[in-house]
Amino acid sequence: MKSKTLSNEKRAKTMLTLLFTVICLIYVLPVFFVLLNSFKVNTFVKTDTFGWPHGESFAGFDNFIKGMTFGNYPFLKSAFYSLVITLLSTGLILLFTSMAAWYISRVDSLFCRIVYFACVFSMVVPFQMVMFTLSKTADTLRLNTPWTIPIIYLGFGAGLAVFMFTGFVKSIPLEIEEAAAIDGCGPLRTYFSVVLPMLKPTMISVGILEIMWVWNDYLLPYLVLDRTKYMTIPIHIQYLKGSYGTVDLGATMALILTSIIPVVVFYLTCQKHIIKGVAAGAVKG
Amino acid sequence: MKRKHDGSAVNSKLLRRPIQRCFPIFLLPMTAAFCIGFVYPFLKGLFLSFCKFKTTSKWTWIGLDNYVKAIHDSSFVYSFWYTVLFALVTLFLINILAFAVAYVLTQGIKGSNLFRTVFFMPNLIGGIVLGYTWSMIFDGFLGRYGSSIIMSTKWGFWGLVILMCWQQIGYMMIIYIAGLQAVPEDMLEAAKIDGANKWQTLWKVTIPNVMPSITICTFLTLTNSFKLFDQNLALTGGLPFIIQPDGSSIHTTEMLALNIYNTFYSQNASSRGTAQAKAVLFFIMVACIGLIQLRATRKKEVQQ
Amino acid sequence: MKKTIAMLLALVMVFALCACGGSSAPAATQAPAAEAPAEAPAAEGSVYWLNFKPESDQALQELAAMYTEETGVPVKVVTAASGTYNETLTAEMDKSNPPTLFVVGNQAAVDTWGDYCLDLTGTPVTDELNTNEYMLYDADGKLCSIGYCYECYGIIVNKALLAKAGHDISEITNFENLKAVVEDITARKDELGFSAFTSAGMDGSSSWRFTGHVANLEYYYESVDNPDAWKSCPAELTGAYMQNYRNLLDLMFENSTVDRSALAAGGFDANAEFANGEAAFYVNGSWAWNDLQASMKAEDLAMIPYYCGVEGEEKAALNCGTENYWAVNCEADEADIQATLDFMYWLVTNPAASEKAVATFGVMPYKQAAASANPFFVDANNYLAAGNYNLWWATNYQPNVDAYRAALVSAINDYNANPSDATWATVETAFVQGWATQYAAANG
Repeated sequence: MKSKTLSNEKRAKTMLTLLFTVICLIYVLPVFFVLLNSFKVNTFVKTDTFGWPHGESFAGFDNFIKGMTFGNYPFLKSAFYSLVITLLSTGLILLFTSMAAWYISRVDSLFCRIVYFACVFSMVVPFQMVMFTLSKTADTLRLNTPWTIPIIYLGFGAGLAVFMFTGFVKSIPLEIEEAAAIDGCGPLRTYFSVVLPMLKPTMISVGILEIMWVWNDYLLPYLVLDRTKYMTIPIHIQYLKGSYGTVDLGATMALILTSIIPVVVFYLTCQKHIIKGVAAGAVKG
Repeated sequence: MKRKHDGSAVNSKLLRRPIQRCFPIFLLPMTAAFCIGFVYPFLKGLFLSFCKFKTTSKWTWIGLDNYVKAIHDSSFVYSFWYTVLFALVTLFLINILAFAVAYVLTQGIKGSNLFRTVFFMPNLIGGIVLGYTWSMIFDGFLGRYGSSIIMSTKWGFWGLVILMCWQQIGYMMIIYIAGLQAVPEDMLEAAKIDGANKWQTLWKVTIPNVMPSITICTFLTLTNSFKLFDQNLALTGGLPFIIQPDGSSIHTTEMLALNIYNTFYSQNASSRGTAQAKAVLFFIMVACIGLIQLRATRKKEVQQ
Repeated sequence: MKKTIAMLLALVMVFALCACGGSSAPAATQAPAAEAPAEAPAAEGSVYWLNFKPESDQALQELAAMYTEETGVPVKVVTAASGTYNETLTAEMDKSNPPTLFVVGNQAAVDTWGDYCLDLTGTPVTDELNTNEYMLYDADGKLCSIGYCYECYGIIVNKALLAKAGHDISEITNFENLKAVVEDITARKDELGFSAFTSAGMDGSSSWRFTGHVANLEYYYESVDNPDAWKSCPAELTGAYMQNYRNLLDLMFENSTVDRSALAAGGFDANAEFANGEAAFYVNGSWAWNDLQASMKAEDLAMIPYYCGVEGEEKAALNCGTENYWAVNCEADEADIQATLDFMYWLVTNPAASEKAVATFGVMPYKQAAASANPFFVDANNYLAAGNYNLWWATNYQPNVDAYRAALVSAINDYNANPSDATWATVETAFVQGWATQYAAANG
């Protein structure tokens, strides 16, 4: 490929670059419109959606201030709980499913196979199938707070993680672990000092997938969490739209923007891992 | 695709016993949570689909009645076909577009990395947020003509298609890029030497080599569309309805997951059993897609 | 054997987790109790009120805090988002700490939730009621719920704007002359600088005005023709007064601040429009006073009945009634039930509490409750004192209310996009046949 540097091909590539630049600009437009409208006075969001905020339609930071204090529930609290749930759930899933996956592959008993099969099976079960009974179960066991809901996520999200980890563990040669065992390492030490480091790439893939899932999940926390005390960002935004009397679109846009920003920052900083993780995860799943 | 299928090779007597003794640490936490978060709710859900119930603690066994009701519920049947149509349309659109983008981005044009970053970004935004973002945009546009996304089934359908394309193209693109990069360089060179043009190379060399990626993306888009909920809820919420002569209504942009949700929660408590039966049927559909996928990928592996 | 051990261990783990989760919850509820004054009676129970009106949430939270401070009994008030009360109640009732006090606002709700309702006959709070009007019984004669306040709705009028347009409220006595006034204002909209009606957004935040309130006139007049059928929820409607419903809707949609085709998407602020003097008429209820009192004077405001072209409607009054019925959860702990009953009694008898409650809810039909300063209740009473007929809230019978109204909204949206007899026929189907269908679904 590199040997041929026909000017024709070069020109075609420049054209493609230009074309894709335009497409990309169009691609980010929706987010850009959210930005525009978050600075607009409520009534103008509807009537002048695509216009630049100006004079009477410019609201400054009012929407953000309003959005933060909208209703009876502070937005930052929702954001905090979203963060807690995402971090705890992902951490829990990574630790326990990778351990389980190792156990499953190394012990390989009938029970292990049943567990593994059940995990794979759970991957094809849609949430609607279990939502009603799950919310009841979670409540009975008091798994309805941001601090305990990660256990539900560990349970419901175990399938994919176990599947991916098991797939990887099976490709690790046994000799290393056997050597460690001969050297007198117990299973715990073997796992944490030998297996875990090797699992790092898969950890990142699984972690990214879980973070994306949990952070954006709406229905599970909506049905499971004790809504009287806790909300997450998606629940909060859904609540705004359902509020009584009037819906302040300007404030809603401001909150949507505030909820997108951390995601974009996270994405831009861990971009490489995210894209790799997604590719790896998809190939398995 | 590098999975090994010889179970015995992963087992070692030396490791097995000591690990087995650590069962409570290694396997138990995950299994316990799995039982709470999946096994029990799943079995209970399955059981309740044969019962009449308002809350999970008070039920009476009624056999298959719920299933009969579910199948005869015209709104459920409608949602099914609507979902199928939606899944097929997005299947083609997303995959063709994502493949095209991935193909161009692997041709070594300038700015590929930046483009890839931009295309993937919408994936990280949650469904609810996406729904409201796009409903603002569609309504801002349609509002000029005195209309709204919730006024017409057609707009609701294509609106959701556009939203899903916007969100998913980036994701599928990543998978296609990985697939395209794995196409052996020497095969491409060989085709070139043989005098094949770009078009022929694409069809005869590239596409057969990225078949695994195509299979994966096909099933991913299918299941994503089938399970779609958040975006559906936030964009149109099922509006507009068709009011049937008998007074019942069909929510014309309501997909299966939302239909089940609405049957569960916003209608009368007596329909809860029907909703659970619908959920079981829904599960069977999604599981079937999953099984077909499993067979398809297995076959591919055998061929390799 | 190995498996049983595994299961046992799993159980142990589950309980350990429960203990972790469980220990934090009671601690949180005990906290306020610990701070309570020492002379307060040793209270063991607690109150959990599932409220259904988002706009009264703030006041309820304050009342709850007030009660806790006074007695040490924890009171938790939770408010369901608009249009999701049934769904929230369903979910909450299934939980380990279900609401002890909840709203069972109509006969249909009694049918659904009757099993969970404590018989309120003879409780101190029931004895405080000054009327028999607001009591709901189940089929066995159990007193399932009692009203804690009543409200009125109708058309709110800005008398000052009306005067500006050269009209007076005394002109308006029926649909004919209401229409004349409204259309005159619309004709001179630009010159006057305001519209006749506020926007009638059909999104979830305000469609209830049209599918719930205005719809009441149709039900009410049907009930006048056939009172027996309306002693409980009728299985079907005749639709005899659909034309009157259409009259009033058309008047509101055609003469509002916003073009009727734009109403479907919603996102308007009717209250702000009215408060800013952008419209002279506003379809709402007595509770609107809470929002309006900051910017408007009581003497400029009045509320008139839904005039819709029914014969003899000069003698109509407002729509007074309530969906605010208290029910006590009979499956709650004994102590919680007692605490809840005590709280209810306190709310309707304590001068400070009832004053605050009345300011939020409207009139409370209890012997010792405070009186209301709301101008709309003055109008309501004047109409009744003049011998006019009250349009009781037949709307409360709407079967599967959320689904019924959602279908009606969709049909009205179609009608607004393309007003014609054909699209109105769909509204009629949703209204009349929809009732029968939902009734069958709810009672099947």
